[in-house]
Amino acid sequence: MSFINYSSREINCKLVYYGPGLCGKTTNLQYIYEKTNPDAKGKMISLATETERTLFFDFLPLSLGEIRGFKTRFHLYTVPGQVFYEASRRLILKSVDGVVFVADSQEARFEANIESLEDLRGNLVESGYNVDKMPFVIQYNKRDMPNAMSVEDLRRELNPNNVPDFEAIAVKGDGVFETLKAVAKLVLTELKGQKKG
Amino acid sequence: MEMLFEEEQRKIQAISDRLQRDSNSIAVLVINKDGQEIARAGQTKDLDITSLSSLFAGNVAATSAIAKLLKEEEFGGQFHEGTKYNVNISVVAKRAILAVLFDSNSSIGLVRLRVRRASEEMAKVFEDLVNKIQQQQKGSGGGQSPNIAGEITDDDIDKLFGE
Repeated sequence: MSFINYSSREINCKLVYYGPGLCGKTTNLQYIYEKTNPDAKGKMISLATETERTLFFDFLPLSLGEIRGFKTRFHLYTVPGQVFYEASRRLILKSVDGVVFVADSQEARFEANIESLEDLRGNLVESGYNVDKMPFVIQYNKRDMPNAMSVEDLRRELNPNNVPDFEAIAVKGDGVFETLKAVAKLVLTELKGQKKG
Repeated sequence: MEMLFEEEQRKIQAISDRLQRDSNSIAVLVINKDGQEIARAGQTKDLDITSLSSLFAGNVAATSAIAKLLKEEEFGGQFHEGTKYNVNISVVAKRAILAVLFDSNSSIGLVRLRVRRASEEMAKVFEDLVNKIQQQQKGSGGGQSPNIAGEITDDDIDKLFGE
């Protein structure tokens, strides 16, 4: 839920990167962290296992600039992708303003993408959201892998509603900022439309 | 969307300042349940407030989920004991998280005593805030500044993204 603080003149919004295990959610945040001006970012926090798999979440606070004298801040979170961290994913989705679904383009991960997308829909419903009616973008990551499926096939299966989607190679940064910008813009447009409550 | 107005922030700030003094603690943080800062008091200059707020919120959310799994309504609070810092975390009026950081100059007993009183006062302020937001949603205004969300234009958003 966006938080407007009239005292500190800030608009705060929450973005969540969702997707199957090892699809590149943390890599997206790491790239954004590396390439963002130090003045515009806070510390990146990763609650990870000893093998560097996300255990609870990654967190990265970003400042995008000012709108009408209000600082716009985005808090970026990732969820743990592994199937058994279901309870943690539900917690992180609470009060979300916008979601990026990071799909793994590799053919072998196709079922995992579908499962994760279903999981996302279910968890959002539990929190009172509808993925079809909220800021939502899809990123097809790992486009450089030799066994990557075609974007047309991925789009047909994962994006029937034609939400904004982006090809990416997150380790190289390709598509990372395009994805972030698209979802951030949708969130602010949604906020503008809400006006109240 | 959630909102915080200057009047309520000032009241929460005053309660936080007093709590920090009366409990002889190092610092007091008030954050909403999503991890956004509402007020800070005491020695906070060297603290990474944004990160702490996010982690406190995550911690409280996880603890609350554990309580539900154990069929408990809610756990009363949390206490972490360290060598330099001790931290007492509690939830105020189901809306905000109150974290008090203290050292050997205070004690958990004193902190909890002062937190109880401060929580009651803060709960009243949050209740007023909810009423005010509801009034604004109904369009009666309540003498508040106009809602910034309603003033944002497509141009503002484009400018933010350099378009």
